[in-house]
Amino acid sequence: MIHVEHLTKTYGSTRAVDDLSFAVRPGIVTGFLGPNGAGKSTTMRMILGLDRPTSGRATVNGKVLADHPAPLTQIGSLLEAKAIHPKRSARNHLRALAATTGIGARRVDEVLEIVGLAEVADRVAGGFSLGMGQRLGIASALLGDPETVMLDEPVNGLDPEGILWIRNLLKDLAAEGRTVLVSSHLMSEMALTAEQFVIIGRGRLIVDVSAAQLAAMSSGERVFVRTPSGPLLRQVLAADGVEVTNSSDVADGYEVTGLDSDSIGRRAAEAGLVLFELTPTTDTLESTFMELTQDSVQYHATSATHSNRPATTPTNTTGKAA
Amino acid sequence: MSVALTTPPPTTAPAAVAVTDERRVTQRSVVVAEWIKFRSVRSNVIALASAGVVLVLFGTLFSSLAGSGEALPPNATAGTDSLSMSFGGMNLSQLVLGVLGAVFVAGEYTTGMIRTMFAAVAGRVSILRGKAVVLGVSSWIVMTIASVAVFFAGQAVYAGDGATYALTDPGVLRAVLGGGVYGAGIVLMGLALGFVLRSTAAAIGTLVATLMIAPGLVGLLPDSVSESIGKYLPSNAGQAFLAVERSDTLLSSSAGFAVFAAWAIGLMAAAVIVLRRRDA
Repeated sequence: MIHVEHLTKTYGSTRAVDDLSFAVRPGIVTGFLGPNGAGKSTTMRMILGLDRPTSGRATVNGKVLADHPAPLTQIGSLLEAKAIHPKRSARNHLRALAATTGIGARRVDEVLEIVGLAEVADRVAGGFSLGMGQRLGIASALLGDPETVMLDEPVNGLDPEGILWIRNLLKDLAAEGRTVLVSSHLMSEMALTAEQFVIIGRGRLIVDVSAAQLAAMSSGERVFVRTPSGPLLRQVLAADGVEVTNSSDVADGYEVTGLDSDSIGRRAAEAGLVLFELTPTTDTLESTFMELTQDSVQYHATSATHSNRPATTPTNTTGKAA
Repeated sequence: MSVALTTPPPTTAPAAVAVTDERRVTQRSVVVAEWIKFRSVRSNVIALASAGVVLVLFGTLFSSLAGSGEALPPNATAGTDSLSMSFGGMNLSQLVLGVLGAVFVAGEYTTGMIRTMFAAVAGRVSILRGKAVVLGVSSWIVMTIASVAVFFAGQAVYAGDGATYALTDPGVLRAVLGGGVYGAGIVLMGLALGFVLRSTAAAIGTLVATLMIAPGLVGLLPDSVSESIGKYLPSNAGQAFLAVERSDTLLSSSAGFAVFAAWAIGLMAAAVIVLRRRDA
């Protein structure tokens, strides 16, 4: 378990993390999302006790991490890829880290096996690719067999095979009943792995929702229509709850919400309206994420004093079909 | 690999591993971790060994060169007595040791390893102590051995008339053993600078400036000023207890030792303060 309680971190006049509260539950993968600079890494560093909170606190399994006699067995973390001396072998790196907590050489061999580095374990880490460095970082996170695992952007620099591997590893760790918190600025990646989403922007919580709740926040179904006679299209489709907007990408394109593609096609045929294209599209979690974070940036830019917004309310889901 | 050191015999059941491992952070376990880090990077070991080798080779060379020229009086002032010839390599040795200490710490800030360590060992000062024990003790041992070796080598090749010392002569044993203490002190200063400055370049630069450049700069000041300031610099304070004979330009051996120790302790204290206060 990770509990973040009213966590705030200011650097000078900048609030990197602003009254942030959320809990990360065991048994599922929780995605920690936000645009670059949203405060994800700062939050993780405070959870690990690397940065001191300006106010509030973060606990791991009920205690501030420093109060645990063996932090490695409570939370395993990956903050920086290749945080290792370039002339030290992977095995010696892990042995040294394990030794801090009295973890034996056998566990080092085990985690090397788990992350697939057993064969290169005695090579110096300077020659490792970024992907191998990430695997080594994950090996060190698993050393203490911790109840909680926290990884900052673990898929960075990984090849497709490595990404798949991480995805499965995270799900396996969660299935074993561990608490798994993974940060990313890419919703597309997290959508495949996470069951819970903590989304922050400008250091503040935007939403803390399950995957289903997040999907329900999307603007719903949209139909892309291309026609040479836009005014006629608007006239034909005009009804309550139907919205036609000009596409920003295509000159003769229109986005229609509130009506499905069958109805649009039928009405167009009845009116003798020429259509070049008729494509139903569904909002992805990614576009919902973009909308949420985009909104937060604007929101905070205009009214920075309003701090107590309910966490689970979607902020501005436009044009939702009735 | 030295698996046998930490792994129980393979006859024990695999499940026993988690039980036999004593999984908690102690000062001892942190020292062990730092020792593994130290010995697993070859350049660390090479640097430490070369600090000792340089001391012996240069000391022997200086002694033989000095001995072949005009004989120096045994009771010459500090810096010119025969033991000072033997310690002629210390200028280079101290640089190697100081850089070793600085890089051992600042390098971890560069890679990010130090933050991995801080997350594993919440007590940051115990990491500083662990590094200090590993580097301090190992450099003390190496430099003590090298100092004793260069004393005998230097005295053996030194050809000055009646200029040789015996270990039992007053102040000689103190000066010879001082070589190990001086080496350990310098390595600790480098280490502390690494924690305070967190950058390899800055730490090495400050170290070189303090040990090598400051004495020269102070010499440019008016004599009255340079004489009163110069002897308190760490290298000159060290010189005071590395020499057998008393010199007017240096502190007494005990005062020199006190000042040198104050430099090391002061820098370590500064490192402790920044470790406790700063974000990692």
